[in-house]
Amino acid sequence: MNLSLSAQRLVPAVAVALLVLLTACSAGETNVERGNREGILYWGNGTEPQELDPHITTGVPESYIQEALFEPLVNSHPETLEPAPGVAQRWQVSDDGTTYTFYLNPKARWSDGEPVTAEDFRWSLWRAMHPKLGNQYSYMYYPIKNATPYLRGDISNFDEVGIRVIDSHTLQIQLENPTPYFLGLLSHHSYYPVPRNAIEAHGDPWKRGSHWTRPGNMVSNGAFQLSEWKLFNYIAVDKNPHYHKADEVALNGIRFLPTENVTTEERMFRANQLHYTYELPADKTEFYRTNAPQQLRNQPYLGTYFYRLNTRIKPLNDPKVRRALALAIDRQKIVERITKQGQLPAYTITPPNTAGYSAESSLIYDPERARELLAEAGYPNGEGIDSLEVLYNTKETHRKIAVAVQQMWKKELNINIILRNEDWKVYLDSEKRGKFQISRASWIGDYLDPNTFLDMWIKDGGNNRTGWHNPEYDRLVLEQAPQATSREERHNLLMKAEKILLDEVPAIPIYTYATRHLVDPSLKGFSSNLLDRPFFSHFYLEPEPNPDSEQ
Amino acid sequence: MLRFTLIRLLQAIPVLFAVVTLTFFLVRAAPGDPLASDKAMPPEVYAELTALYGLDKPVWQQYVSYLGNLLQGEFGPSFKYVGRTVNELIAAGLPATAELGIYAMLVAVLIGVSAGVFAALRPNSAQDYVPMSVAMMGICMPSFLLGPLLVLVFGLWLDWLPISGWGVIPGDKILPAITLGAAYAAYVARLSRGGMLEVMSQDYIRTARAKGLPEWRIVFKHGLRGGLIPVVAFLGPAFAGLLSGSFVVETVFQIPGMGRLYVQGAFNRDYTLIMGTTVLFATLIIVFNLLSDILSVWLNPKLRQQYQGSSQ
Repeated sequence: MNLSLSAQRLVPAVAVALLVLLTACSAGETNVERGNREGILYWGNGTEPQELDPHITTGVPESYIQEALFEPLVNSHPETLEPAPGVAQRWQVSDDGTTYTFYLNPKARWSDGEPVTAEDFRWSLWRAMHPKLGNQYSYMYYPIKNATPYLRGDISNFDEVGIRVIDSHTLQIQLENPTPYFLGLLSHHSYYPVPRNAIEAHGDPWKRGSHWTRPGNMVSNGAFQLSEWKLFNYIAVDKNPHYHKADEVALNGIRFLPTENVTTEERMFRANQLHYTYELPADKTEFYRTNAPQQLRNQPYLGTYFYRLNTRIKPLNDPKVRRALALAIDRQKIVERITKQGQLPAYTITPPNTAGYSAESSLIYDPERARELLAEAGYPNGEGIDSLEVLYNTKETHRKIAVAVQQMWKKELNINIILRNEDWKVYLDSEKRGKFQISRASWIGDYLDPNTFLDMWIKDGGNNRTGWHNPEYDRLVLEQAPQATSREERHNLLMKAEKILLDEVPAIPIYTYATRHLVDPSLKGFSSNLLDRPFFSHFYLEPEPNPDSEQ
Repeated sequence: MLRFTLIRLLQAIPVLFAVVTLTFFLVRAAPGDPLASDKAMPPEVYAELTALYGLDKPVWQQYVSYLGNLLQGEFGPSFKYVGRTVNELIAAGLPATAELGIYAMLVAVLIGVSAGVFAALRPNSAQDYVPMSVAMMGICMPSFLLGPLLVLVFGLWLDWLPISGWGVIPGDKILPAITLGAAYAAYVARLSRGGMLEVMSQDYIRTARAKGLPEWRIVFKHGLRGGLIPVVAFLGPAFAGLLSGSFVVETVFQIPGMGRLYVQGAFNRDYTLIMGTTVLFATLIIVFNLLSDILSVWLNPKLRQQYQGSSQ
């Protein structure tokens, strides 16, 4: 028939045409190739940032972009995180450790060419603490003299807060107590300076979401400046010519991509579309570890994964029961068989060797002792405990860990565990309202000091949520440790506090986090640190001499 | 015809109103606090934020003020993306989704109609079974499987096509369009096969053959017009489905579109964003259904007569 003849001719013709079309558009130059040529870093950044205002955001993706845009008063060493000059080229601490005087670099400039002054820092902190701004990091300012009453609205005159401008390039900050980690706080984004003129040009300084952080409006003082923000697509920052150390910055720019899906992100990395990934799928870690270890960054990270116990309800109000639960978890098994990404079993709330601090733990896996404790508490072989419920937010790894813990508790203590998963926002609500028995949680340190893990467990602390408190613990953390005159003394006091915490177990530490990123071999100057902070101004791109090296 | 269109347009108003109202109250009835965050917020800060988004007012007041804003075309500020209005977010996401939808539709129609017509010409032969089996597989294969498979073969193994992005690298729109269009292509193939089979057994086709017209003219001129009516009826809702259902493809291919906004909005309990995207999708579904109804009436002489008759 005519038609089948023409169809027979047509089908191969269409197929050939499609094939030609496909081959014609081969993938072309990749981001990594282009980036290496132009000095542009392609950075997988997790999600679309909520905002770029350093006094409003709380997320890690936002903090990465802010890291590129702003320079803090005092910066950190890229590896050790020891204080290093930022805008302040040097500083002095008074003998009693409560007065810090900062001498600002006269060459420091905003990206519009204006000098960065001591008054800029004072104004920025005034704005950051303004009650109307709704800064969720307000607790970061508590060490400053009179910051707490100001933040609570008990005093309204900011002049009473311990921040003084001595002259245009000298700033003095008075603290409530000697706070050995104070310089570390200064490199956190909640302390970044923000540009007064640019902010005031877009409404009240405390107005949330005023358009000062949009391209064209935004002024910053870091190694890079904002040049483009394409929603859900990318954020482009380019080298800031006014940065006082611009000569030392090798990159010409960075493109931050909102790589929400971790699997897609890994594929993008394989296709050379990214120099760096925000994360790495758990099941791929082993592959990279064996086949391309030079691309894998898998280092300890200052964070603890733990289970909160609601100590307000029976039988969790009994410390013996809580201890029994903690002793019956085989953490080694969890990190080896489930998380598998370099996480370390955690027996303390503060990760070991946090700024030289390591607490001792009595929570080592000991099922025998766990059973004894349970019997001592009046529940021999789990009798009398109907069941316990573990709450977790919906995520595959949380589920797997919960299932493993469920089996361990059933096997070792004969306690039935019910698993309950909830959406992130619902889970947060349940935790906040105390509508849980046991809930999975994590805490990532804001700065490199044990205090960031210990001050959350004080009475009525917003992040405590377990109903647990201990007057001796509060005294040690809130009164005695801050008054300590030496590092050793302070660490000893905090260890005493952590011992109370680990004896009474309002929370069961499970593992210490590990960073997991893929890094293209052409990205150099990349150093790992416990806070997983990228120091973009130290990065440079240098393509490998042998581009054929297979992944 | 005009009256038919007008009546259908008027019917859309209560439907949209119901969608807005139901969504508004359902979203607020859902557990979870849009302002909740993993770091504890000082009560003063929480109170400040609650007032900022009007959440301190009774729900009915929030509803009334939302309706007022909606009538002026304002979807309100997003809860999650500070300083962005939902209008702004939609304006950022819709173009990519719409473009993706159009390409996917083209893929669906081109592949679907050719396969369907091809199969219908020799029913119950290999020429019929092979494309229809492939179509069945296309319907069964979810895009979260097909997408990564295509990426693996054409992006990573053969290195022919970019695997992510939208309008960044030449050719990066091909794989997403095929992935999203594939399932619809399969439906279109089955529908056009059915339609063609029915038409090709009609008397007027036999008459055309008897007149000695060449077969390709019979198929393309006389057969297709009637045979594609079921496809046209399917296209309207399908296009709306393509737009609102592109979340998976957008995620797999890193596309800055509406699908991601929609799902993220729900996860974040971003009330205004959920409302904005739902209202927009509802409107699109209504409009495309209407368009496909109008097109079907216009294509089908029997229906056309019926409506003209009733309006006289």
